[in-house]
Amino acid sequence: MTSGLWELVLKGIWTTVQLLVLSALLATAVSFTVGIARTHRLWIVRFLAGFYTEVFRGTSALIMIFWVFFVLPLAFGWQLVPMWAGTLALGLTYGAYGAEIVRGALNSVDPAQREGGIALSFTPWQRMRKILLPQAVPEMIPPFSNLLVELLKGTALVSVMGMGDLAFSGNLVRLALQESAQIYTYVLLIYFVIAFLLTRLMRKLEHRLKAGAGKAPETKVSVPQPVGGGVS
Amino acid sequence: MNWDWSAVRDFMPHFWDGLLVTLQALALGSLISFAVGLVWALLMRTPSRWVRWPVGTITEFIRDTPLLVQLFFLFYVLPEWGLTFSALTTGVVAIGLHYSTYTMQVYRAGIDAVPVGQWEAATALSLPARRTWAAVILPQAIRRVVPALGNYVIAMLKDTPMLMAITVLDMLGEARLFSQQHFQFTEPLTVIGVAFVLISYPASLLLRALERRLVR
Repeated sequence: MTSGLWELVLKGIWTTVQLLVLSALLATAVSFTVGIARTHRLWIVRFLAGFYTEVFRGTSALIMIFWVFFVLPLAFGWQLVPMWAGTLALGLTYGAYGAEIVRGALNSVDPAQREGGIALSFTPWQRMRKILLPQAVPEMIPPFSNLLVELLKGTALVSVMGMGDLAFSGNLVRLALQESAQIYTYVLLIYFVIAFLLTRLMRKLEHRLKAGAGKAPETKVSVPQPVGGGVS
Repeated sequence: MNWDWSAVRDFMPHFWDGLLVTLQALALGSLISFAVGLVWALLMRTPSRWVRWPVGTITEFIRDTPLLVQLFFLFYVLPEWGLTFSALTTGVVAIGLHYSTYTMQVYRAGIDAVPVGQWEAATALSLPARRTWAAVILPQAIRRVVPALGNYVIAMLKDTPMLMAITVLDMLGEARLFSQQHFQFTEPLTVIGVAFVLISYPASLLLRALERRLVR
């Protein structure tokens, strides 16, 4: 591969990383807003939040991307820059998955903690901010870490819309060189390295947050080898 | 926003064609992922680390890289190696292989959940390893993981639109073709979006009910 083509790949990596960061930020905001709304005491708020999750989890990320790129401009007259369109589609879709994580973690906090907050006459918002979230957030990190890798894989979808991300630059190089095996192997390896770095980062974050909440980081649960087990 | 019902009417025949292809891809992809995932899970339990380590690395690699790029890889590289398949076959294989790395973890959890006493009883009866697996462990393990496997079928359904990128005319492929021919993007894309919700939401409700019955 020539240096010009490598430059193309580097540009693709940069676009992918930008898109990943932006859509991860949007998805986090959406998941906390919707996830917390799903534990609200008014049924209409819970219903709307649940409706949002089911619709966005029910449909495919790629269809959302098509919708944002093609239908939004026609139907509402909003022509978005590709980067923002991609961010919007991915952030809203993966935010719906994240909302389920937030809801699950909030529900798994010991009810006595919430009752303690009520007894001390905390307002609902103070309860959420000072009692529930500090205990729930560390529990969310491992599933969020998985979701982040899924989001990274999801960013490849924007290449279908002609956005110059890593997968798209891979296609361009293939057209230039006609050596599919080599270039796609590189592209897959780069995605793998990014995913590896992300999971490492999230594990560090988990340790720090758990220490902050006064809990020991989860030690790896070793599954005992069953007697006489294993394919032999 | 202008909604044109006649465009919906014109699109519907294409929609059914696309739905058929999507469901075909889903059914075959699921079968591949169930079978290959079980093979991965069993390989991960061999005593030799020379088997476990490569299998673990390969499956993690497949799991952590985008299905879309894997589709491109199979679609463009296999013909170079002299293997020519139809686009749909390539897509089914890619999706099945990708999801087998997820179902593998499901099987593993199911196998781990079989009580140790079952293993000990098989040893006490001096059952050979093959029969221990086929008659004792797997029937109990698989029963527990059926709902979890179903979740991955729904996830797979939502990834089938990617097959469009390698020229398969699934639902999204048909919708794109139709919109490019008729310059009507709103209706076909909205119809298939709604169709996905209408398929996957009842399916997940069904799975929740199944989970309540099977897992306990």
